[in-house]
Amino acid sequence: MTLGTWFVLFVALILAAEAVRALRQRTLARERWRRFFRHRTTSWGLSILTFFVIIAVAAPFVAPFDPNAQLDIVRLKNVGPSWTFILGTDVLSRDVWSRIVWGARVSLRVATLGALVAVALGTLVGAAAGYYRRWVDGVLMRGVDVGLALPRIFILLMAVALWDGLPFTVLVLLIGLTSWFGTSRLVRAEVLSLRGRDFVVAARALGAGDGRVIFRHVLPNAAAPIIVSAALSVGNVLLLEASLSFLGIGVPPPWPSWGNMIADGATSLYNAPWTTLFPGLAISLVVMSLNAVADGLREALDPREDAA
Amino acid sequence: MTAPPTAPALLRVRDLRTYFVTEHGRGTARAVDDVSFDLYPGETLGIVGESGCGKTVTSLSILRLVPEPPGHILPGSLIEFEGRNLLALPAPELRAVRGNQIAMIFQEPMTSLNPVFTVGDQIAEAAIIHQRLSRSAARARAIEMLGLVGIPDPEESVDHYPHQLSGGMRQRVMIAMALVCHPKVLIADEPTTALDVTIQAQILELLDRLQSELGMAVLLITHDLGVVAGHADRVVVMYAGRVVEQATTDELFERPTHPYTEGLLAAVPRIDAPRERLHAIPGQVPAATAWPTGCRFHPRCPYAWDKCVAQEPPLLDTGTAGHAARCWLVTEPERRQAKR
Repeated sequence: MTLGTWFVLFVALILAAEAVRALRQRTLARERWRRFFRHRTTSWGLSILTFFVIIAVAAPFVAPFDPNAQLDIVRLKNVGPSWTFILGTDVLSRDVWSRIVWGARVSLRVATLGALVAVALGTLVGAAAGYYRRWVDGVLMRGVDVGLALPRIFILLMAVALWDGLPFTVLVLLIGLTSWFGTSRLVRAEVLSLRGRDFVVAARALGAGDGRVIFRHVLPNAAAPIIVSAALSVGNVLLLEASLSFLGIGVPPPWPSWGNMIADGATSLYNAPWTTLFPGLAISLVVMSLNAVADGLREALDPREDAA
Repeated sequence: MTAPPTAPALLRVRDLRTYFVTEHGRGTARAVDDVSFDLYPGETLGIVGESGCGKTVTSLSILRLVPEPPGHILPGSLIEFEGRNLLALPAPELRAVRGNQIAMIFQEPMTSLNPVFTVGDQIAEAAIIHQRLSRSAARARAIEMLGLVGIPDPEESVDHYPHQLSGGMRQRVMIAMALVCHPKVLIADEPTTALDVTIQAQILELLDRLQSELGMAVLLITHDLGVVAGHADRVVVMYAGRVVEQATTDELFERPTHPYTEGLLAAVPRIDAPRERLHAIPGQVPAATAWPTGCRFHPRCPYAWDKCVAQEPPLLDTGTAGHAARCWLVTEPERRQAKR
């Protein structure tokens, strides 16, 4: 690491902590935000997420080396953490820290986009099933049962077999298309309880069509659980991406994703544990942070706490 | 207003039957069972009855808002608005009637507004749907409506959320929402039950004023005979899913014919009579899954005799124009005297 990258890393850490602290200070007056920040874990989680987002965005400035460069395959292979290589090097003499930084870009992007697809689809399906009920509900929910029963790895392996070298968008779509089942059940339950509420009937009495009723009157009132489930599913998709990459069917190498890195390091787990430990740690940190933030969101958005 | 209006009816309800299939299909609740009435332009028709007698289901049936399943309106029912059967109307045409020509206000102002939108947005909604107004035009319309229903500071209130308003103010907002498109018929389902008495009076006065300003017909659904006395031109009394008596308001209060109406009137405390124990109709409305045989009121009726158990009376004309009652006493009035 050069002085410059140390400095950037330092700035990123300070920036993440400061940003969250400032947000907390500013919004403390508002009831919802106060509930959001009620537990210290939420602040920690948000700080950690902010940190990873910052280094992912500023990857070229934070990473001291080219993440794919094999620096010296003979002498710099599996070197332990040092001042030059803070997290060591891997079996191909690539700098682990640089790969984590660039891997954050890949992994976080797959996770958020995949979760976005999953939540959007789950919301639409759940809303349709809960609102129209009858056969629509029957068909969609039996479909969800089937989806939950099928092993996801199997579907993805099939897709990989059909596709030579999975393009990024296809990977994201595949992950999204196989992760929406839980969300759809959740949204369906919410919609079922909302559809008979007085203001929904009142909207229909005004002549609002189904689309308007669903998107303006039903779904905005189900926003809280949807947002929480979105935060949680980002974590789940991150884990899924990691396991797919570990199996070699995720993000194509040499591009680093955190799952890829664990796969690469798995062979030298004994003599170079840092090559798997640190990407694993990054995954765990992000997933735990997301769960903490989701808990905060749940507290903040809980309508039962909104008592007048 | 003593004689029924002579103009053609605006809304004709004929043989309306709305049944609910109960859990596990074990029974059918005949919530509304063969109800017929007419609503004439510009008049206020009161529908009165205890809880559970089918008033609300009747009003929801008119705009086909009965939750299906479990509810369904039986074929053979007719709800005719300006010559069109609403029950046979395809969905888009029905939506064009809802909120535009027939509007509705609900019992519970606290839950009938969407908590996540401003009241301005919600009032503007019907105007956007039916008149295709632009956002800014609809907002101006919302402000105008808020002024019309007597909300102070319409310019400011338009951006308030429902939770910032009191119950009475919310009911005014509901009325504003319903009236944006100047409907010809307003269905008011117990519009004042959830409000305290002073606010009740204000809201009912507001409805009266708006009715005469906009010239609409009002279907006023209530369990409060006081409300009916002060605001309705004609009254339909419902019991156990049936119309049991209908008459002009004056006629009904002077000569209640059905024992149920009699009981309801006797149950109203009077300020001008010596204070005594308040009369109550014994028993309660039976379950809609098992209406009694014969006259559905006979288990609670002080005059009931074997004919009432055996055979249900049709709506019998009492001799006064527009006054009919579903009671055998109309044919055998001497039995009423005998009991007294």
